Amino acid sequence: MTDLQKLTIGKALNLGLRRAMEEDPKVLIMGEDVGKLGGVFRITDGLQKDFGEQRVLDTPLAESGIIGTAVGLAVRGFRPVCEIQFEGFIFPGFDQISSQLAKLHYRTQGKIKMPVVIRVPFGGGIGAVEHHSESPESLFAHIPGLKVVSISNAVDAYWGIQQAIKSDDPILFFEPKRLYHSGALRAEIDVAGTPQQMFSSQVVREGTTATVVAYGPSVKVALDAAAAAEDEGKSLEVIDLRTLSPLDLGPVFESVRKTGRLIALSEAPSESSLTSEIAARVQQECFYSLEAPVLRVTGFDTPYPPAKLEEHYLPDLDRVLHAVDRSLAW
Amino acid sequence: MPSEQWTHPEPGDGPAAVAAQPSPEQVIAGLRATSEGGAELTQLLTPEGERVPSPQFDKYVDDVDDEALRGLYRDMVLVRRADREANAMQRQGQLGIWVPLLGQEAAQIGSGRALKKNDMAFPSYREHGVAYARGVDMKDLLGIFRCTDHSGWDYQGTGFHPYTIVIGNQVLNAAGYAMGQKFEGKVGDDDGEATICYFGDGATSQGDVHEGFVWAAVYDAPLVFFCQNNQWAISEPTERQSRLPLYQRARGYGFPGIRVDGNDVLACLAVSRWALDECRHGNGPVLIEAFTYRMDAHTTTDDPSRYRLSDELEEWKLKDPIERVRAFLARKGGADHDFFDQVQAEADAFAADLREYTFNMPEPPPERIFSNVYAEGNPVLEAQREEFLSYLDGFVSAGEH
Repeated sequence: MTDLQKLTIGKALNLGLRRAMEEDPKVLIMGEDVGKLGGVFRITDGLQKDFGEQRVLDTPLAESGIIGTAVGLAVRGFRPVCEIQFEGFIFPGFDQISSQLAKLHYRTQGKIKMPVVIRVPFGGGIGAVEHHSESPESLFAHIPGLKVVSISNAVDAYWGIQQAIKSDDPILFFEPKRLYHSGALRAEIDVAGTPQQMFSSQVVREGTTATVVAYGPSVKVALDAAAAAEDEGKSLEVIDLRTLSPLDLGPVFESVRKTGRLIALSEAPSESSLTSEIAARVQQECFYSLEAPVLRVTGFDTPYPPAKLEEHYLPDLDRVLHAVDRSLAW
Repeated sequence: MPSEQWTHPEPGDGPAAVAAQPSPEQVIAGLRATSEGGAELTQLLTPEGERVPSPQFDKYVDDVDDEALRGLYRDMVLVRRADREANAMQRQGQLGIWVPLLGQEAAQIGSGRALKKNDMAFPSYREHGVAYARGVDMKDLLGIFRCTDHSGWDYQGTGFHPYTIVIGNQVLNAAGYAMGQKFEGKVGDDDGEATICYFGDGATSQGDVHEGFVWAAVYDAPLVFFCQNNQWAISEPTERQSRLPLYQRARGYGFPGIRVDGNDVLACLAVSRWALDECRHGNGPVLIEAFTYRMDAHTTTDDPSRYRLSDELEEWKLKDPIERVRAFLARKGGADHDFFDQVQAEADAFAADLREYTFNMPEPPPERIFSNVYAEGNPVLEAQREEFLSYLDGFVSAGEH
């Protein structure tokens, strides 16, 4: 049986959350403004109305409190889904994430499970003030015990959030906030269908000239660059990582063996980041296939600038194409 | 405390401003005054072992007859003996570190014995006495300190959460757990469930403890905050954490706070039962400040002689939690010499058993490094594990040939 619906990323997340709550009464949503307001991005719109204040909790304003109590609720057998309003506000909760959420399963040799999801709207491009446009995902990918997911499209939004909630591991779920309500990314989803494995990367466009690997909001940039490159007679293969920890680099290795060139794309600063990790592992696995060094197109190693400068800070189509040219010139 | 850290109003600011600002000496004097007895300290048994009547709390220990009192005495002696044995084993290099509880036996046994089976306790890392009261095998605790394990007991079966070393983290975790008890409808009558959370005076400066107070209050969580004020957060005294007695903070969050003599096992039992009862019936949370003293170092790496006077220690020795129960029992004829000797012999055997176990504690195999990082698979970690184990196997093969 199929049930096709055309959804934006935001609506797909909302429907995915709703399905998860219907299926399991232990699923709770908690965070600032997630109830009556439906979240500042309206991702949890209507859920409190239908599930009540005890399953959709408008919490006090403190991120350590949100995550620390979610840890305790998980010990009790609940499956909390926390919303952090913007990625730049997650740091008061960093202690609870790294000290408790990530480690209780290991510390107790599996006796305690931590089925907690932390939803984090992240990335730039919305013209916001400080702390509202960052990409801190590498910090979390570096913490053993956590899984880190970043979605780029509505299909993964719908299925990914449900899979994350079903998982017995703690998951940081990074959502590309500037794409939440993008009409262009509206996708037809069989909401009664079968999802693919969440912890796998995916070739989203095939090509032969060079490979571009990206995640989250950068996947759209990579696809736009690939469309533009085609006009110049270059064929870019684009891979969406989907999960940032664990990294499924198998398809990336395979692609690099075919194209010989890799551009790693991300909005985050480059030093000690996911793109660093990708570059290291690709040179280790594909050394003899590489025709050029792995190049990175990223944000700069600066704090996120005032938004009037973000068009220069954020990697765009032209910077990707420039990197492809540099790779080809090697 | 350096006086420049305090704002002193000038006389020209007017008499009201001067009166509103206590001097640092006044603040410290105030902390000490409410600390050392008086109307605000709930006590049922004096340091001399005399029973003090309490109209409010007597009914919570009505059932404590001589036999029960002997039981509390035995608990404290066993726990202290185990603590001293572990301290000695650390000195002999058999434990990586030890966190002594000496002096805090009454606070831990009194509160621990107030708990019912379905209650949950969230400890910090000094709660060996509470662990014992919850039925945790003390051998399972020692793995942490011999560094073979991070936590080795069945937290669900015992109702005793793993130790939490990051100061104050467990207070929020406990608040969440207690919210869960409430959401599941497990509060409201005598059979209700409650959670108790342990932390120290130093932890009250942490944001997580403040947030835990807020969450528990606004969700009416059945949570007893049990602060063991042992006067010292390593080398920092209580007056470095607060300018008013800690139990008074509860008022600012909208729930009751009470200070109990933390060296009085009967008072700790009574006040904890009262507080837990409030929670069971849906009236929680409650803050208990158990006023006690850390008689030994913070941990075996600490040197208290650098920061506190021996006079202070001598003064607190007179308030010993075990001696006052012994005096009380002896005075009322509730126990004789044979009993005390028998408990001591039992405690020695208990300690010897712990020692033997510790010396023979198996070390975990190398693959334990990789086990249970995740509940579900992680191919990257699995590959790392395989590579490392095969590397280790190489050494074995080389040795065999």
